Amino acid sequence: MARKVRTTVGYDGHFKDLEVDIPEGEPAPWDARSALTLVSQRVPRVDAVLKVTGRAKYTYDVHPPGMLYAKILGSPHPCAKITKLDLSKARALPGVKAVWSEKVGKKLLFQGQEVAAVAAVSLDVAEDALKLVAVEYEKRPFVNDLEKARKPDAPQVFDSGPVPPPRRVPSGAEVTHAGNVRTIVATQPPGVDIGKALAQAEVLVEGTYRTQVQTHSALETHGTVAKWEGDHLTLWSSTQGTFATRDQIAEALHLPKDRVRVLCDFMGGGFGAKLNAGPYSVIAARLARDARAPVKLMLDRKEEHLATGNRPDSAQWLKLGAKRDGTLVGLHLKSYGTPGVGTGAGVSGPARAIYKIPALRTEESDVFTNAGEARPFRAPGHPQGCFALEQAMDELAEKLGMDPLALRKKNLKNPVQVAEVERGAALCQAWRGRGRPGAAKGVVRRGVGVACGVWYHNVNPATQVQIDIHNDGRVEVKNGAQDIGTGTRTFMAQVAAEEMGIPLDLVTVRMGDTSLPIGPGSGGSCTTPSIAPTVRAAAYQARLKMVGVAAKLLKAAPDELEISGGRIHAISDMARSITWKQVAARIPGDKVSVLASRAAEYQVFQEQVGGVQFAEVEVDTETGQVRVRKVTAIQDCGRPLNRLTAESQVNGGVIQGVSYALFENRQLDRTSGRMCNPNLEAYKICGANDCPDIEGVLVDVSNAGNNAGVSGIGEPTTVPTSAAIANAIYNAIGVRMRELPITPDRVLAALHKGGGR
Amino acid sequence: MNRFEYVIPKSVDQVVALLKGGAVLKAGGIDLLDQMKEGTIAPTRLINLNALAALRYVRTDATGLRLGPTATLAQIAADGAVRGRYAALAEAAASAANPQIRNLATVGGNLCQRPRCWYFRAAEFPCLKKGGPTCFAKEGENKYHAIFGGGPSYIVHPSTMATALCAFRANLHILGPGGKTREVPLDKFFTLPTIDAYERENVLAADELITEIALPAPPEGTRSAFLAAKERQVHDWPLGEVAVFLTMRGETCQAAQVVLGAVAPIPWRAAGAEAALAGKRVTADVAAAAGRAAVAGAKPLHGNGYKVALMQALVARAVHVAAARRS
Repeated sequence: MARKVRTTVGYDGHFKDLEVDIPEGEPAPWDARSALTLVSQRVPRVDAVLKVTGRAKYTYDVHPPGMLYAKILGSPHPCAKITKLDLSKARALPGVKAVWSEKVGKKLLFQGQEVAAVAAVSLDVAEDALKLVAVEYEKRPFVNDLEKARKPDAPQVFDSGPVPPPRRVPSGAEVTHAGNVRTIVATQPPGVDIGKALAQAEVLVEGTYRTQVQTHSALETHGTVAKWEGDHLTLWSSTQGTFATRDQIAEALHLPKDRVRVLCDFMGGGFGAKLNAGPYSVIAARLARDARAPVKLMLDRKEEHLATGNRPDSAQWLKLGAKRDGTLVGLHLKSYGTPGVGTGAGVSGPARAIYKIPALRTEESDVFTNAGEARPFRAPGHPQGCFALEQAMDELAEKLGMDPLALRKKNLKNPVQVAEVERGAALCQAWRGRGRPGAAKGVVRRGVGVACGVWYHNVNPATQVQIDIHNDGRVEVKNGAQDIGTGTRTFMAQVAAEEMGIPLDLVTVRMGDTSLPIGPGSGGSCTTPSIAPTVRAAAYQARLKMVGVAAKLLKAAPDELEISGGRIHAISDMARSITWKQVAARIPGDKVSVLASRAAEYQVFQEQVGGVQFAEVEVDTETGQVRVRKVTAIQDCGRPLNRLTAESQVNGGVIQGVSYALFENRQLDRTSGRMCNPNLEAYKICGANDCPDIEGVLVDVSNAGNNAGVSGIGEPTTVPTSAAIANAIYNAIGVRMRELPITPDRVLAALHKGGGR
Repeated sequence: MNRFEYVIPKSVDQVVALLKGGAVLKAGGIDLLDQMKEGTIAPTRLINLNALAALRYVRTDATGLRLGPTATLAQIAADGAVRGRYAALAEAAASAANPQIRNLATVGGNLCQRPRCWYFRAAEFPCLKKGGPTCFAKEGENKYHAIFGGGPSYIVHPSTMATALCAFRANLHILGPGGKTREVPLDKFFTLPTIDAYERENVLAADELITEIALPAPPEGTRSAFLAAKERQVHDWPLGEVAVFLTMRGETCQAAQVVLGAVAPIPWRAAGAEAALAGKRVTADVAAAAGRAAVAGAKPLHGNGYKVALMQALVARAVHVAAARRS
């Protein structure tokens, strides 16, 4: 039965009471007054030993008996039509067991697009067979450059066939499409005249910023092992979406969903690129069916760069206005970005979400090009948007003669973030001791910069958790979603054990299997806020059942009992007790089983999470090299369930942010349209010696909204890093870097042009 | 990767006898396996030089320093005598690649490795260096390409060891068919991309083997330094590098050898910088002048103009570092 509960919400020093409506079957939310012993502590990953000893099995490690190896032939051209295709020689090669191909006449829109594939007894034979696939292509004009693709006479990427629909269109937005450019224009509030609003500004800044294409580059590549038993298909997949993969495979192969089972025990990273089944999964399943044997198809690093997604680039123009006292009056943002043959190059997230901006007009364009599709990538749109907006905020502060933090604090939407800015400034000694921009002397100059970022509280309501308490006292917690490496398995055990008052080692978590209850795809930082409250609800209901059994044994009323330390006892008399295992042994039948569904969100303190990062850099003014020495990252995520893994997300987000700021860059050849650096040697990723010291600070927010008071933290931690670094570089050398990545050639060019030396 | 015969040789003579008809030497295998995996080469036979322990040594004697061709970069970087008297060489060896690669990569392999140009390394680009009609870097993406000695190919020579070894005037001992030996000074070993040599970077014939790299003993008063500038501080090919070898009397530089790396199709002798140092007290101004002289005559492409300023600074710094060292 639904009920009203008063709970304490807020953050350190700023608590208040909030009345919330608790749905039926749900416990009251944990809040600031809850005394928890496992949750919100520092708990090592339950699978840590398996991982470091190599016993954790990833998709790569799966070898069903009789397994074949498959390999894909990708298009060598950025745009071409298949005019001839002869598979006979490949098929005839000894050891080749199945062959798949596209049809003659198919127009290929990007380098790496799937043309043919073979399954063979070894990877060597498969590679040899691909060399025997005789394909003739008719090369077509292509365009792979953001600026060139915008021109009216540019080759049309989608001259036939469907255009990918936009990912998100704000309500009331206008969508237009001309040539390769699809533009979404939105105003906030609806219909606001940005020209008039900015005319009220007393100080204006204006600038253009550019960011590059970044590929996800997870250490484990995409891939799957497909195995048929009759008309049942099992796929071991490196995936962020076991259920999405199941559904898409079922649809592609015209199978009922229950005939497809997707497994993912351990996962070597995804960052948003692995939310869907991908063509390779369908190809593997088809090859396995034709070959009548299990097939493994793992992509290589080149395919990974070309065909499995990326963060779109951007060219952004901003005009930002404020009153003399720093109150923002309006922002006009125009952006272009290329999602290749995909969609989703918008960058306006930060402009909408961080600051109180009374008038906002955004004109965001997807510019289609002949390159692999963009996919969601750790906070889609936000690092790009932040890079521009947070530098514009710094410029505005300078023009206003205001402290950059004072300007931000004046305009931030979220009071938690105001507190975070203050906390960071107190922690970051370099910030307090910073000089004026460009005032540093010497060849190597130090600087410090700041940037804010936000992210959303996303929940996938299609989440269910089953808890089985066996009559030996062991507890199984089940959800079919995947742990993509963030520590989902560990917090599920923590939450269940905490709620049931039993030790962690009685709990076994089973996940990464679509034969278990449904769970979310790991996108939008929704995994934790979807699963944790559902685990707690299931544990709560299971606990009530155990208390019911114990009540009969202790001859007490259930509401006179509680569980702690693995014993069920009377609240009034600790000695009147029975152990968890003794109760379990008396369970009618052989187990207590509960299936709980994710309850709807209810009243919440803050709907967004926020963070602020301070970056300290050294710029070598002679070589242009930038070293990031330290990043102080303050971040909230509601209640951190496990401080170790939450801090790990801060570390990972910052490192990926440094990598984005200084190194990563998909380089396409202007002449041939092919990628120059489809490897991890010339596509550069931040290495150990390039990592700054990271001081990650979690700000606990008692947030309500759900029984665990949790939000996600995977994405927001990478959002402000590149902007903070760019602002730090400006502080060091007095020259603004408006293009990513900030490489030595660009630093030197900016110094020479800007006269900063 | 193609099928091939794998030979574990018993002697150097056997190596030379086997080195024909599409056979290649494999030492660390760092470069070779990359090319084979990409399918840009398909050797019929791999001769594993690592099997010959006699080729792996770092020795100093009265004549100077002798390196066996399969001495690893890690071995050279850690050698006390090298660190003491050939500081720039030890620094170069420690600068290349990463610890895992340095444990396997050999000095001979490092000298003979093929270009790291992204067009050369990818099978899809039939570039000049692979027998194709054009250098794609000239009009294409040439941020990492040559500012000296370019045309018609604009690769940069990837050997960090060569940069340092050239500064020390190393000599190569080469063994050919029939036991024929020859000595080649290292600065005569590398070749610019001329019409008859697009597909090679040096004068080593396909049936020849480097048996030793010999460095003369540095006279009293010599000091050296090596510096590289990279985008990343982990395994990364340098944007530019320099080795400086100074013969000093007191604070005055009597003679200098300055060799630039990663800026030309061969290790690039900066004769202008050497002249700017000879006979001068090495002050900050003189070091800066050497830097300016080092880049005079650079011909950058559309994407690598930054290398000029970068090398100018790097040369001045390396001169300063070397001069400040106690010999």
